[in-house]
Amino acid sequence: MAEIRVQNLRKAFGEFVAVQDSNFVVEDGEFFVMLGPSGCGKTTTLRMIAGLELPTGGKILLGGEDVTMRRARERDIAFVFQLFALYPHMNVRKNIGFPLLAQGMASAEIRARVEETAKLLRIDHLLDRSVSGLAGGDRQRVALGRAIVRRPKCFLMDEPLGTLDTEFRDLMVHELRELHNRIHATTVYVTHDQMEAMSMADKIAVMNHGVIEQFGSPREIYDRPATMFVADFIGSPPMNFLRFGGGLARGAKEIVVQGAKVTVPEVREDVAPADMALGIRPEHIRFDDASKLRGAIYGTEYLGTTQIVAVETADGVIKARVPAGIHLTPGEQVGLALSSARLSLFEKGTGRAVRTAMHDQAAEARHG
Amino acid sequence: MSLTTAHSVVAPSANSKRIAGAIVVGYALISIVPLLWIFATSFKTPPDSIAYPPKIVFQPSLEGYCNLFTTRTRQTPEYINSLGPATGLCDETVRKRNMVIAGPSNFLPRFVNSLIIAFGSTFCAVFLGTLSAYGFSRFKVPLADDLLFFILSTRFMPPIAVAIPIYLMYREIGLSDTALGMILLYTAVNVSLAVWLLKGFIDEIPREYEEAAMIDGYTRLQAFWRTVLPQATTGIAATAIFCLIFAWNEYAFAALLTSGTAQTAPPFIPTIIGEGGQDWPAVAAGTTIFLVPILVFTILLRKQLLRGITFGAVRK
Repeated sequence: MAEIRVQNLRKAFGEFVAVQDSNFVVEDGEFFVMLGPSGCGKTTTLRMIAGLELPTGGKILLGGEDVTMRRARERDIAFVFQLFALYPHMNVRKNIGFPLLAQGMASAEIRARVEETAKLLRIDHLLDRSVSGLAGGDRQRVALGRAIVRRPKCFLMDEPLGTLDTEFRDLMVHELRELHNRIHATTVYVTHDQMEAMSMADKIAVMNHGVIEQFGSPREIYDRPATMFVADFIGSPPMNFLRFGGGLARGAKEIVVQGAKVTVPEVREDVAPADMALGIRPEHIRFDDASKLRGAIYGTEYLGTTQIVAVETADGVIKARVPAGIHLTPGEQVGLALSSARLSLFEKGTGRAVRTAMHDQAAEARHG
Repeated sequence: MSLTTAHSVVAPSANSKRIAGAIVVGYALISIVPLLWIFATSFKTPPDSIAYPPKIVFQPSLEGYCNLFTTRTRQTPEYINSLGPATGLCDETVRKRNMVIAGPSNFLPRFVNSLIIAFGSTFCAVFLGTLSAYGFSRFKVPLADDLLFFILSTRFMPPIAVAIPIYLMYREIGLSDTALGMILLYTAVNVSLAVWLLKGFIDEIPREYEEAAMIDGYTRLQAFWRTVLPQATTGIAATAIFCLIFAWNEYAFAALLTSGTAQTAPPFIPTIIGEGGQDWPAVAAGTTIFLVPILVFTILLRKQLLRGITFGAVRK
């Protein structure tokens, strides 16, 4: 196993820049997820780490070794494709043993290793079956088997659950994470599904338009989004934004949104006057008639334990997640109370988050 | 109101099935009658073969096959009687017509030429076609579209238009009337078809297969050999049949460029007619034997052929 270090990685296809100056480090044994909408450059980044594409600029280090321009087969990595790429003309055993064959391993040893791997993935009963007859989850396991049988430096996975049914997908998310916990293989996992990312990752990089918008743990990314894109992309429903104007001064603890004063985490930097946005997660909104921030109930979505309530405010519809027990009727006027400690502030033009006490507390918690 | 209907909208009705069946049977009969006619004629005697009205029921004879494989000389009955007893079936048959066998005919060597040239050129065309199709499918080839169009355009011209320049060229470089010359020529003609057909097939094979193999430690050539080729067998077989049919049946080039040692069966068979009256049974026998290899090959690979014809119509 090895750490993966990506430095100023860049890839351009003619005029189009797919990946712009990416920097990140995947530590040894970490489960790293690249998350983003399609076309954001996450798969291109993965393919560059694999050696299937060569970068336009930058460096890739695998276990401290510069492999930027090495051939894929010289990198000692394993790749799980979205469509699994199981060879239809070979049975399960041959598929799993295929990478070992390339190393010229003796057939008895291949046999033993394949069986050991199959046992690990609980597919030892399928070894002599043809891959074309397998169910989605089993195909996935065979693809994983082919990846882990060689004990490579790291695993790269390109939306490996993308084609599975929801039912299998949940199961495989669990299995993948469990497998990772057992073998501790450095893993880079690409997905557009935030639920997969949140439930499996040690670290997430959120990408958009070829740029890494934020790199951090799932909790950091959810609680302290670095940009409005991240805030909007993560969370279902996504973070609400309320516009407000004027600059911010270091030490400010209050802003004015739609005529209502809102207490926010203490601002830790000066921001020149510009269009700003207040970011609120739906679960950080309560209904409180005393609040000056008001809106009319627009619709509700019942989810069992909670309900998502759309509230029409002067600045568009925002969504709140409130206990399912509260009875609400459309058109009803409500006051919105916000959990002050959990609010984010953004510069609207750049989408960048403003540094507040929330960030510093997190940093203190990490280091202390 | 009930939502069930008497018949499915998608499935054809019994009547349309019957009509479709009748059309297929009718078409099959029309296409097979000439073949049956040739087959029957090959077993007729020369008088039976030109009888009018045509004989449907006749005494089968191997005279056509005997004449096909032998050359014969006409002799007086006295001379024939002076010979010993007939040495075989053919000997006996030709003696009845006051002839004796002088030696083997050229049919067998011509037939062997056809086999060598057709299979040789098919192999070369499919081999080159597979490699180029893979290249066009997987790599960024500069001017790929123009090159592909150029490759296709080599088929625009009728063979006869290029036959004379090729004839002159071949005479100059000593390829005239050689099997090698014909193999090169048919390969050149077929490779365009092979590239286009195979590119379609290889495009359908996801490139993840080779990528997976290359990551797992194989070179590109090994990955191609172990993962792409096994999955392209259907396409390769279909392409091979098309190339083989062309090379096997080709007449114009063969008639112009081969006359002796490298002559193939198609230009040879018509020459059988000329000697000593119109020997239709021998011509029919030659045609029947000529049909056999392609028939066997096609039947063996008929599934792939069907897929070759309909490829691209249905996505997997």
